[in-house]
Amino acid sequence: MSTADAHRDAHRAIEAVWRIESAKLIAGLARLVRDVGLAEDLAQDALVVALEKWPESGVPANPGAWLMAVAKRRAIDALRRDTRLERKHAELGVELEALERTAPDLDTALDDPVGDDLLRLVFTCCHPVLSTEARVALTLRLLGGLTTEEIARAFLVPTATIAQRIVRAKRTLAEARVPFEVPRGAELAARLASVLQVIYLVFNEGYTASAGDDWVRPALCEDALRLGRILAGLAVEEPEVHGLVALMEIQASRLRARVGPGGEPVLLLDQDRGRWDQLLIRRGLAALARAEALAGARREALGPYALQAAIAACHARARTPAETDWPRIAALYDALAEAAPSPVVELNRAVALAMAFGPAAGLAVVDGLASEKALASYHLLPAVRADFLLKLGRGAEARAELERAAALAGNARERALLLARAAAVPLSAAAGPE
Amino acid sequence: MRYLSIFKAVERATPPTQEEMEAMGRLIEEFSAKGVLLATEGCLPSALGFRVRRDGGTVTVTDGPFTEAKEVLGGFAILAAASKEEALALTRRFLEVAGDGECEVRQLYEAPALGEADCAKLSAEAAPAQ
Repeated sequence: MSTADAHRDAHRAIEAVWRIESAKLIAGLARLVRDVGLAEDLAQDALVVALEKWPESGVPANPGAWLMAVAKRRAIDALRRDTRLERKHAELGVELEALERTAPDLDTALDDPVGDDLLRLVFTCCHPVLSTEARVALTLRLLGGLTTEEIARAFLVPTATIAQRIVRAKRTLAEARVPFEVPRGAELAARLASVLQVIYLVFNEGYTASAGDDWVRPALCEDALRLGRILAGLAVEEPEVHGLVALMEIQASRLRARVGPGGEPVLLLDQDRGRWDQLLIRRGLAALARAEALAGARREALGPYALQAAIAACHARARTPAETDWPRIAALYDALAEAAPSPVVELNRAVALAMAFGPAAGLAVVDGLASEKALASYHLLPAVRADFLLKLGRGAEARAELERAAALAGNARERALLLARAAAVPLSAAAGPE
Repeated sequence: MRYLSIFKAVERATPPTQEEMEAMGRLIEEFSAKGVLLATEGCLPSALGFRVRRDGGTVTVTDGPFTEAKEVLGGFAILAAASKEEALALTRRFLEVAGDGECEVRQLYEAPALGEADCAKLSAEAAPAQ
């Protein structure tokens, strides 16, 4: 191997270590310096030292501890400098004095065995003073260990946009003097919801690829799963955290079954269940069981994520589509419609009701959505309604709904499919069942 | 991406010590908390195992222990890693704790690369979860 190759390999190895270790590093430093921006700078300094030394010395046995030791020294230097220069960060000096007084062993001061620092970092990155976009970028960067370029590539936006977003986010946090802490009491629930939303947004961005030519960007799903698993280890008592992890694990278990041999999408009920990932399903079901047990112990109803996971679990447990427990899914959608009402949930509840109790039950719910503004241009509403009408033998109406759906569909391939279905409505059915 | 790591080492006559078990326990805990360890198991002595080989239609079963083998299977892990380098970094950490031996690390089959954009159906399916 040439020296250049060796160097490149070493760099890759260091980047990999960074991705695994950086969140803990930044979190520990942020508690010390009370500023996530400065903490990241210090951690990056340690990375630079590693990039200088490791290609020669080799990657140390415990690279995380090595980086922490270097960053720690930098942090102390930075704090001392701040004290000496009597900068406006007077509290940093106080902090350093306090640290030196009470914890002469800084190893102890920076140790974080229960992950409190990491949890503080999670809540800081998802703080409500930040826009949702900023929360996502900061979370992927500081907790996911992704580079700005990687985040930009994942969201198909220019690198400069993400870089700017992150810089602004850090500034906003500093200006708002957001404390580096885990919210307590009544605030916790709302703040936790923000954290879960950010993680699920990342997952869905990967799962449904809202932009660009890819349908699925599995790397983003994996990033979200990793963040969710980390959070589940930090906030073990929170049912919704396990609910979200369960939902993501079970959805991810179907990733490889969602694509047909020709690269076409395969819907849930048409998927080859043999290709579902049983390891992820098992992990998902275990996480769901934890969510249910924790909610039960608190005498709370399941939250929206656990409910969606429970719905996904119904599909995961059915070995064939015919074995699907539709009445249970319909009941879970009832609960979801109450916990997190939305027109799209209503539409899905209608489908579940139709599967469980017949098309008339579904049609009644869908008809109630006719005046829903949020669904006015949503092609799936007439498409679903057409399905029910067809099963009820109301062919003429079904055909009209399919044509309406085709007119609303944003995608040429789907429009063609809907028009073909409209044309295929049998004339006998179109004449009505009477 | 996911990687299967199979650990092979010289089989010892003695079970792992308390300290070894604890060190491995801490590593497993750390890796799980970092979201990178999806599953892992350790093997009991090869005396309890067997090998089955099919050769030209003939099946032969060999009971353990596998004394003729220099190194035997000790356990496996399934890792969630963003890159080969990341899987390597994790495997190095594992070997630090597990001791001498070899890990064979293989990337696992995943969803195929997806074709042209036509994901309206898929996104609609995921919509209720948003």
